[in-house]
Amino acid sequence: MLGVGAYRTRNLPTRSELLPLPIGEMTWTLTDHRGRSVRPADWAGRPVMVFFGFTWCPDVCPTTLSDISLWLEELGADADRMIVALISVDPERDTPDVLADYVSNFDQRILGLTGSADEVAQAAADFRATYRRVAKDAGDYTMDHTAGVFLFHPDGRFASIIDFHEDRRFAVPKIRRTLS
Amino acid sequence: MKHFLLAAALILSAPAVMACETVTIGDLTIEHAWSKATIGAGRPGVFYVEITNAGSVDDALIGIATPAAGMPMLHETVVQDGIASMPHAMSIPVPAGQNVQLSPGGYHGMLMGLTTALKEGDSFPVTLSFEKAGEVTVNVDVLSLRAEGPDCADAGQ
Repeated sequence: MLGVGAYRTRNLPTRSELLPLPIGEMTWTLTDHRGRSVRPADWAGRPVMVFFGFTWCPDVCPTTLSDISLWLEELGADADRMIVALISVDPERDTPDVLADYVSNFDQRILGLTGSADEVAQAAADFRATYRRVAKDAGDYTMDHTAGVFLFHPDGRFASIIDFHEDRRFAVPKIRRTLS
Repeated sequence: MKHFLLAAALILSAPAVMACETVTIGDLTIEHAWSKATIGAGRPGVFYVEITNAGSVDDALIGIATPAAGMPMLHETVVQDGIASMPHAMSIPVPAGQNVQLSPGGYHGMLMGLTTALKEGDSFPVTLSFEKAGEVTVNVDVLSLRAEGPDCADAGQ
């Protein structure tokens, strides 16, 4: 139920200053899992679905990527033009090679994006996403991070967020609204 | 005892459907124990299971142990204000007459310090410690990283 509350809070007009920038106003540069440089301008004219996560994440991230893979399967070729990307909040461990290994487990349309610590910080700022390193035992650490899936229209306008605990039945219609 | 012998026989003969096996201890029924494949042994594995308390006394899952990982812990995924975090859970309540699921996006076992990478099709034992019912060992099926749960005829009821 926390998830539902968070989702509603996010959509209140008073919080609109915290909504993601339009893609065209973003300034990040990242590297995809094939080692290619990616900028917001590369996504111009295409619907976009972005999720922040990290490959060391045992529960939320594989669950979300499994969900996204199922949504993409359901949408079929309709979603072929969509940019679908996982942006790592753990660039220290998530190199392009590590991301390539990871995303190969999910729908082939999903890109893995990473970069330097500053590059990832810029991307998170543009999407108004947050993340935080949390120390664990023996020098290990995990990451708290924004768990929603961001959707954008082909013209770059922010469309909506699919909340982590939102009923999956609402996800595919939300995505569809960005495809036309 | 019969249950354990039966379970042991099934484990030896039908490894592919162990996640669909049921183990009981006292009033507790434990079923649908599964995990996800990991990329290498460096990343933590995950452990999901379903526990039903048919008795009239509240119990609680207070720990897990497994030869598959040096540091298995109970965690809960919490999403607050859109931010996911994964606090340690000291214990997971198993109230009388209720069904509790360790499942994606909620309570789960986090298997840190894996002794080896978990591969799809493998299985490994996990011993669950309950406050009142004591200890019971279940066999855990490793499903794909994409899996959303075991495909049992009675699953998702």
